[in-house]
Amino acid sequence: MGAAQILQYLLSGVTTGSIYAIVGIGFTIIYNATGIINFAQGEFLMLGGMIAISLHGFLPLPQAIALAVVATGLCGVGVQLVFLSWLRRPDILRMIIITIGLSILIREAALHVWDEKVHALVYWTGDETSSLAVLGARISPQLLWVLGACALMVASLTLFFRYTLTGKAMRACASNATAARLCGIRLPWLVTLSFFLAAAMGALAGCVVSPMTQTQYDMGTSLAVKGFTCAVLGGLGSVGGAVAAGILVGVLESASISVLPLAFKDVVALTIMLAILLVRPQGLFAAIGRKTGPL
Amino acid sequence: MRGRTIFLVGLVLAVLGSAAAWAADTAAVRIGAVLAVTGPAANLGLPESRTLQMLVDDANRTGGIAGRKVELIIKDSQGSAEKAVSFAKQLVEEERVLAIIGPTTSGESMKLKGYVEENETIMISCAAAEAIVNPVAKWVFKVPQMDSFAARMIYSTMKRMGISRVGVVASNTGFGQGGKAQLEKLAPEYGITIASSEVYDASASDFTGVLTKVKGQGVQALVNWSVEPAQSIIPKNMKQTGFDVPLFQSHGFGNIRYVEAAGKAAEGIIFPCGRLLVADKLPADHPQKRVLEGYKKEYEEKFKDEVSTFGGHAYDAFLILSDAITRAGSIEPGAVRDAIEQTRGLVGTAGIFNFSPTDHNGLTMDAFEMLTVRNGQFALLGK
Repeated sequence: MGAAQILQYLLSGVTTGSIYAIVGIGFTIIYNATGIINFAQGEFLMLGGMIAISLHGFLPLPQAIALAVVATGLCGVGVQLVFLSWLRRPDILRMIIITIGLSILIREAALHVWDEKVHALVYWTGDETSSLAVLGARISPQLLWVLGACALMVASLTLFFRYTLTGKAMRACASNATAARLCGIRLPWLVTLSFFLAAAMGALAGCVVSPMTQTQYDMGTSLAVKGFTCAVLGGLGSVGGAVAAGILVGVLESASISVLPLAFKDVVALTIMLAILLVRPQGLFAAIGRKTGPL
Repeated sequence: MRGRTIFLVGLVLAVLGSAAAWAADTAAVRIGAVLAVTGPAANLGLPESRTLQMLVDDANRTGGIAGRKVELIIKDSQGSAEKAVSFAKQLVEEERVLAIIGPTTSGESMKLKGYVEENETIMISCAAAEAIVNPVAKWVFKVPQMDSFAARMIYSTMKRMGISRVGVVASNTGFGQGGKAQLEKLAPEYGITIASSEVYDASASDFTGVLTKVKGQGVQALVNWSVEPAQSIIPKNMKQTGFDVPLFQSHGFGNIRYVEAAGKAAEGIIFPCGRLLVADKLPADHPQKRVLEGYKKEYEEKFKDEVSTFGGHAYDAFLILSDAITRAGSIEPGAVRDAIEQTRGLVGTAGIFNFSPTDHNGLTMDAFEMLTVRNGQFALLGK
């Protein structure tokens, strides 16, 4: 195996991993605010992609994406207000089960609003055939957009959770809702906001990966499974951890492809993940988070 | 008085008798369909169910099949073999249908094969895998072209292009595995070496890793066999990783949406397919031209959507069934089954059907045409 081929495997791992990572980020936001896992996160991704594709029919790409992000964010708010906010005692298990139901509902609605077919947003730069040469290996320019979006999300969410009052209040809600209320934090409003953020970030992720993964009404589930795994592996609640774990899983999968038949890809990745979780059940990057709250 | 009673009784009997005779002659034909209308194979199942509903409505408007009304019961299996089995049981045991059209996918069809055989119910599958009709089961038929024909078409085209060393990738579904098995079986016959053969998960969204591996084997062409969106991601990934060899795909690529999703990267993909997608490019005297253009026009006007070969499979299944009922002159399952086996020269969308007791597919390699993508459109290869 030449150096160029090794680099190609590595970059291919980063490509796959960056998709997992950007999906994983969405899980961490709602977890940080409410302590629940939102199983409809994959559907927000799909919605973002679908709305942007429809809007791109008559709007330039940046506006279409911006509108899709806002619209999906509002969908997230709507979902939270209609289905979750009336719960008097928001018991975590109940909320999780509701999000599973929601994911099915959104998926079926999307099937009727759009159709069963495969759609794809246009490449943000270049087209399907353009590729960049990196030291003899080749990548799609879209990968740079995905990595850029990941970096932007990590940076802005870290700043938000760590340094703004709203962000701190959100983390307070997750760590102890009663105490947060006693301090005068308006819990319901923050939960709604976290759904807006998660849905909007999900939509942005859906738009940036759509040229590569394509968008179909039922894409949410399979993406969410990998994204969720990475979020757990990264230490739930840690935005940077989710990204690092995503890219790690992608590179491991790619390394396994180079020596084993492709069919074993998931076996290898999952085995390593199980092993890591057995040794470090709190996730790979949780130690940093423990000191400064769930980050 | 007595005479009048006898007359009345006679009249009543006559009316009842003729009603009974009328009922026996024109009892409705009950047709069941198990199709993946939603779920991962919805791209296939939805056009199938639309086509079937359209044909049944047409038939009922114009007097039914051989004077009988048609009742159609469509069940959505969502592509799951377990659901397909339980719906098939419902259709056979509760709805008492004459025949089942479908299922959509090969996996589901293989699960149903044994069940319909036991219950002596006609099944006309819309799925492609060879194993559905090989070995032949008495009550099981299928309308799409055989995998082995597709593999042969691909290999003979490769031979003409001077390609002898290839890589194969296939999805982990019934269709993908069936195709991969045929490709591996037939390669020696055409002097082709498969340097690398890989299986991927049907929902995978990035293939750059496996493409790097296949590229490292120094292959002259790549064959991808699947019905999933992977068909448009692989060509993109090939261009992006600078893997510049011809890409061959299976007849599962016969849906213009895959071309649209792959955009420019779809240019030059070569695949075998029925003639439905190139109906307008066929010579005027081609025997299938009239059927193909008729179906295409009606479907596209009615559903404002491009026609695909999958809807064509449902068209063919209904055509074969209604032709057999007309020739059998009854809806006794055994008689209709025998009539299907005797079908000769029936022009459908996939090809011209000639069934026999040993051939429950009825098509030959001639049903395929090698197509390619030119300027975002399907075109006949080399024409």
